[in-house]
Amino acid sequence: MNVDSPMWVEIFLTILAASIPLLLAGLGELITEKSGVLNLGLEGMMLAGAITGFAFMAKTGSALIAITTAAAAGMAMSLLFAFLALTLLSNQVATGLALTLFGVGLSALLGKPFVGTAIPELPKLSIPGLSDLPIVGPLLFHHDFLVYFALLSVPAAAYFLLHTRPGLILRAVGESHDAAHALGYPVIRIRYMAVLYGGAMSGLAGAFLSLSYTPMWAENMTAGRGWIALALVVFATWRTGRLLLGALLFGAVSILELHAQALGIQIPSQLLSMLPYLATIVVLTLISADSTRIRLLTPACIGKSFHPPS
Amino acid sequence: MQQHFKHLGSGLLAAALAFTVTTTNAAEVKAGFILVGPVGDHGWSYQHNQGRLALAKNLGIKTTVVESVKEGADAERVIRKLATSGYNLIFTTSFGYMNSTLKVAKQFPNVKFEHATGYKRSKNVSTYGARFYEGRYIAGILAGRMTKSNIIGYIGSFPIPEVVRGIDSFTIALRKVNPKATVKVIWVNSWYDPGKESDAAKTLIDQGADVLLQHTDSAAPLQTAESRGVWGVGQASDMSKFAPKAQLTAIVDNWGDYYTQEAKAVMDGTWKSHDTWGGLKAGMVKLAPYNKAIPAKVVAEAEAARKAIISGELHPFQGPIKDQSGKVVVAAGETLSDQKLLGLNFYVQGVQGSLPK
Repeated sequence: MNVDSPMWVEIFLTILAASIPLLLAGLGELITEKSGVLNLGLEGMMLAGAITGFAFMAKTGSALIAITTAAAAGMAMSLLFAFLALTLLSNQVATGLALTLFGVGLSALLGKPFVGTAIPELPKLSIPGLSDLPIVGPLLFHHDFLVYFALLSVPAAAYFLLHTRPGLILRAVGESHDAAHALGYPVIRIRYMAVLYGGAMSGLAGAFLSLSYTPMWAENMTAGRGWIALALVVFATWRTGRLLLGALLFGAVSILELHAQALGIQIPSQLLSMLPYLATIVVLTLISADSTRIRLLTPACIGKSFHPPS
Repeated sequence: MQQHFKHLGSGLLAAALAFTVTTTNAAEVKAGFILVGPVGDHGWSYQHNQGRLALAKNLGIKTTVVESVKEGADAERVIRKLATSGYNLIFTTSFGYMNSTLKVAKQFPNVKFEHATGYKRSKNVSTYGARFYEGRYIAGILAGRMTKSNIIGYIGSFPIPEVVRGIDSFTIALRKVNPKATVKVIWVNSWYDPGKESDAAKTLIDQGADVLLQHTDSAAPLQTAESRGVWGVGQASDMSKFAPKAQLTAIVDNWGDYYTQEAKAVMDGTWKSHDTWGGLKAGMVKLAPYNKAIPAKVVAEAEAARKAIISGELHPFQGPIKDQSGKVVVAAGETLSDQKLLGLNFYVQGVQGSLPK
């Protein structure tokens, strides 16, 4: 960390870090929902990723293995969801909720031996020359892999959705699975892939928490971030750019609350702790006031099971 | 959970179990513990479990522990379950268990209860605590000497007297050695929330703090201190393995001797409801080894204060003490009584912001 950075740079970096897990999980869910599947199991998948990444970091000491296995753990969880919801056509909402509860319990069980274990922090990837620049250096070029990955995933996801053929097909599946099926697209297979991508991203979000944000394992350490990420997808009206904005906004509210306290601003701290959640509710209310826009942007088939006509 | 409790199938079975408790041989002690965090928090709950293990080893009796029990309704359920499962000495180790403990105790007059850090007692409920503030006084000396920015960050859990006492004791020592230093406090409204504790630590560092104190139980603030290159002080346990460079010292709790003594009293039939409040002298509060980077002169100063507290020459809350407005609240030559300390509800001069009510 560059000690001479001005205070606002440090504050921004703290906000950025707070927003990264929301951004990762949110992007995964955005793609999943664009394909017409609503997976409410983010929290469970994040926890699976968090404990798996942590366990492999503690055992192998390799950041690469830790990150890969965390993504794989998230995918494994989402595969379970996909099998139940897409193949067996179970109710997506109920299955997603079950996935969250399952993930909370499973991660706590697997995490038992790792409570109180210390691991090295995820290494920061510095770019020689660029990282030493004043302000710009610490702001842009002094992060760990997951931060770069999350930030680059935003334009990548936007490009994929809006400018590629597979992205177009994915959206078509989400808008009308019957039409997509009639055109010969494998609706279920496409949805499987979207769900798996969502699982991998949630796994990485969890890994960011347990490897970088607070390099330790604590039961239920996601502390509701999966739900916030879900809300952010609606907040962003399924737009990637707005998702980034929402994640930063949310990170900012949760960090600035602490700054207000440290500056001795006279607001009850309990009220300040509520602020991020209040902000989400307010924004959701504002957005849903404009119902046509919401209808235009919402994937029309979201949450609906697809039963291929035989 | 290290031991799962069998679900009691019917009220009849519960009554039968309760009956076996009342007829238990006086010499037989089964000690149950409920903890607010996980055993592996390496802070508060970890030390209570260490105390339990010491007790089991010293006396060879059956003990059990229930981890991560939320304060409130859930605590009452767990305490009752322990009592109905035949545990006749129950330690409830968090402030927020106070009313639940008293409520259950009323229903199980033959079970002895020990509530940590509380102030309400009854015939079968004792209270015990440690004068952690004595340790925090020593931390104040170290922080005052080691800070360069003269800003200290303090992460609080809940604004209860226990925590406020720590902040005040720390600040009194801090200002004695460094009158220019001030303390910024952030309340995270949780005993154990690594993410939030870490956010608070970063915020305090961003606002210029170069020494962090915490009255929350995870090692996250120390880890943040380590990665940001500032100092920190461990809470409840030696947390140096999380922050080998950053930890100045840690205020370490030591419950083993007390737990052994209490279980023994139950065995001998001499147990009586009482209040225990031991500090450095009683060995209930200890300090982790000082960081090697602290100059010898500062270590000597801290050690002198520690010895003076043990001998009784020095009391952290001896006057003159000024509150935030500069008004003298404890006159020179006077010392705050234990009674006043237990209900302490104001910040001393040097703490910024105002105490949430």
